[in-house]
Amino acid sequence: MIRENPSQSSVGSGSIDPGSRFAHSVGRHVGERIIEVLLFLAAFSAVAVTIAIVAILVFESTEFFKHVSLVDFLTDTQWTIMFADKHYGVLPLLAGTLVTTTVALMLAVPVGTVTAVYLSEFANPRVREVVKPTLELLAGIPTVVYGYFALLMVTPALQWFMPDLPGFNMLGPGLVIGVMIIPYVSSVAEDAMRSVPASMREGSYAMGATRMQTSLRVVVPAATSGIVAAYILGISRAFGETMVVAVAAGQQPNFTWDPREPGATITAFIVQVALGDLPHGSLEYQSIFAVGLVLVLMTLFFNVLGHLARKRFREAY
Amino acid sequence: MSNDPQAIRRLVVLGRRYDRLFAIVGMMAMMVGILTLAVLLAGLIHDGAERLNWDFFQNFPSRRAERAGILSAIVGSSLVMLITAVTAIPLGVAAGVYLEEYARRNWITEIIEINVTNLAGVPSIVYGLLALGLFVYALDFGQSILSAGLTLALMILPVIIVSTREAIRAIPGAIREGAYALGSTRWQLVRDHILPYSTGGILTGVIIGLARAIGETAPIITIGALTFIAFLPPSPVTGDFPFLSFEWLESPFTVMPIQMFNWLSRPQAPFQVNAAAAGIVLVAMTLLMNGVAIWLRVRFRNRIKW
Amino acid sequence: MVDQTDHSFSVDVASRGDIDSVQGLKAEARNLSFFYGAVQALKSVNMPVYDSRVTALIGPSGCGKSTFLRCFNRMHDLTDHTRYDGEILFHPDNVNILRKSVDPIEVRMRIGMVFQKPNPFPKSIFENVAYGLRVRGEKNRSELADRVETALRDASLWEEVSGRLDSMAFNLSGGQQQRLCIARALATGPELLLFDEPTSALDPNATANIEDLIHRLREKVTILIVTHNMQQAARVSDYTAFMYLGELIEFSDTNTVFTNPNSKQTEDYITGRYG
Repeated sequence: MIRENPSQSSVGSGSIDPGSRFAHSVGRHVGERIIEVLLFLAAFSAVAVTIAIVAILVFESTEFFKHVSLVDFLTDTQWTIMFADKHYGVLPLLAGTLVTTTVALMLAVPVGTVTAVYLSEFANPRVREVVKPTLELLAGIPTVVYGYFALLMVTPALQWFMPDLPGFNMLGPGLVIGVMIIPYVSSVAEDAMRSVPASMREGSYAMGATRMQTSLRVVVPAATSGIVAAYILGISRAFGETMVVAVAAGQQPNFTWDPREPGATITAFIVQVALGDLPHGSLEYQSIFAVGLVLVLMTLFFNVLGHLARKRFREAY
Repeated sequence: MSNDPQAIRRLVVLGRRYDRLFAIVGMMAMMVGILTLAVLLAGLIHDGAERLNWDFFQNFPSRRAERAGILSAIVGSSLVMLITAVTAIPLGVAAGVYLEEYARRNWITEIIEINVTNLAGVPSIVYGLLALGLFVYALDFGQSILSAGLTLALMILPVIIVSTREAIRAIPGAIREGAYALGSTRWQLVRDHILPYSTGGILTGVIIGLARAIGETAPIITIGALTFIAFLPPSPVTGDFPFLSFEWLESPFTVMPIQMFNWLSRPQAPFQVNAAAAGIVLVAMTLLMNGVAIWLRVRFRNRIKW
Repeated sequence: MVDQTDHSFSVDVASRGDIDSVQGLKAEARNLSFFYGAVQALKSVNMPVYDSRVTALIGPSGCGKSTFLRCFNRMHDLTDHTRYDGEILFHPDNVNILRKSVDPIEVRMRIGMVFQKPNPFPKSIFENVAYGLRVRGEKNRSELADRVETALRDASLWEEVSGRLDSMAFNLSGGQQQRLCIARALATGPELLLFDEPTSALDPNATANIEDLIHRLREKVTILIVTHNMQQAARVSDYTAFMYLGELIEFSDTNTVFTNPNSKQTEDYITGRYG
């Protein structure tokens, strides 16, 4: 890597002195610039993708809202776009999304938080080294496999306790999504707790506090914003989850808050429409972009919230 | 409250009891995830193992569950992954290198970073909508292997960018100063030092990204992938000059998770056995990839100590 | 933790000819050795801690003075692969607090500690001081308020913070934070208070405040303080121990140590020849 040629010793920093040996750096400079521009374009592709997503969603949604009033969209309690008597109320889809997300969080938040406290404050480091990657594997399993799990294993198991539970319901998929997001919640929350300075723990132990008192009264409050960021990450994952619900919740838009009933989420509806071969440009085709826009806006909201929480946490330490 | 030693002792005994109780609760919470993983794997194997024989890998889908196989899905998944890898890896690594080694602290960089973070949080199905509008219709690639590969490439782009950046950030500044002091240009520094030293971290990210792509169903369904494909795409290698053909790019296709979803949506029990068998193959592939990634991460962490 | 063995301290004290004291003992290290893994950090240290007096530990960095201090409230139990050997007898119970059967939490409830850098909790001023009381199960509001006020007064912080007990502890200056940590330790009425270089992160003004405070606190509580500032040791302490390479080289009343040290090493250190 050490080169003898003196002409290569310029760092290409810009100042070129013609007539000296540094003049060679002109050609080098152009090459470096080209590479930099190419790399910049690669990085800028992230912006381009965002622009493309927004443009396509907004464009097709605009077409959709030429035929359907925004008021109907937001207030009608039926979504029957596949039927003859068409209603375009997004509420049933939104309700389905909220119900499955809530069920998932009711499982993942307590389990994920307790797991995080345990791994960060109680478990010995060797246990942590093994458990953390194992939990991460949970997040790596394809979601369609979780769909299988929800439909053919979890729901039948639930029917054992609740004989009236229909084969398609939102409870089973909700719980499975909950398990799926445990690693997101526990891993981010644990990182937050572990970055609480050791001096704070020492202070608490020196007062004669027990491990549990130190964890719950000092470490958890100190890591609050990081833990909130973990929850928000979990929420946005649960919100966007598609296959588990599409497979196991029945794909029927149903305006209900009862998780035992079948239902459809925004994502499941998009899958349902995409499975039927709908002509490009039809109202049904446009509708999936309209509900997609709702989905993106809501995830964006949660992402911004999570970003703020993380930022606050980082500023604290 | 008092400072009477007896009272303190009672308090400590009680505190210790709560500690033990919490440790048990914590262990149980930790086991929820691990046991679910175990039950899921055991259940899949119990349901699907009987179908896992050589024929299953060699057959096309069929109306008769017992004779159906995943040949077209495996070939489809491989070709789609090929497109995803050749698109996402150079793009993602280049973007990561730019953000770590070239980017100045200005508003454009800020915007790029915000976008990368946000894209990582966008639900996968939204990439399907993007692909449906952009690749399938606007660019007229159709419901092809090319469209699917590009869709998944965009989806895993943030994963690769983030892991590239993390890997590069772990390289100490002294290495950069050393290279510059020897007269390296910025690109020489990147080519001779930054990329070689961050390969482990980048590779980990690439594998995790591809593992996610290979199991991804929703965006592929959204672009309208067919599920009953009883043929293989045209071969990329031909007997005549120039020996390569790109017809396969435009071919209809199916992939592993779609095939599984298709079987899963059928009410007949024999097809659900097929779904379980496909699930086993899919889980084995993704777990293997994730396992390799974790192993790589540990290996590189232990090998390079700055 | 009841240790029935009758150790006769009077004999021990009397046998130490160079210490002229009528004070009772609060604690005493006997043949105390300490190991981090295979590394021996303390070598058979014998030292008394006199009741209601300030004892300073001095010595160059790495001499084991902080390690020694942390033995007194079993802070080393929080780190893996550490081992105590020997005894620290705590009075009036006359118990070896290093014994396995003695719960470190119980030890810490009776022996408080103030650290090098102020480490307030991310809570309000009030809650910081009330923390130890809450940990002990105190819920009565007026009792809490009383004891928090007393502790803050004892730590000379009350005048400055009485109007804003609900504001976050992080908003205080470094010196105030350290006095808050002292108040936090005082609130539970510890019998022995350990200070680990409490002023090393503070400016001279704040340091003077803390030194005043320590000097006054000896009326209420026995104090053991680690410092690498010899003037500080001379100013605040009644007794001084000089440690070097894990050994106790000299222990005597502060005056003697600084004016007429027994050992050549002590003299070299206090005259600034090393450390």
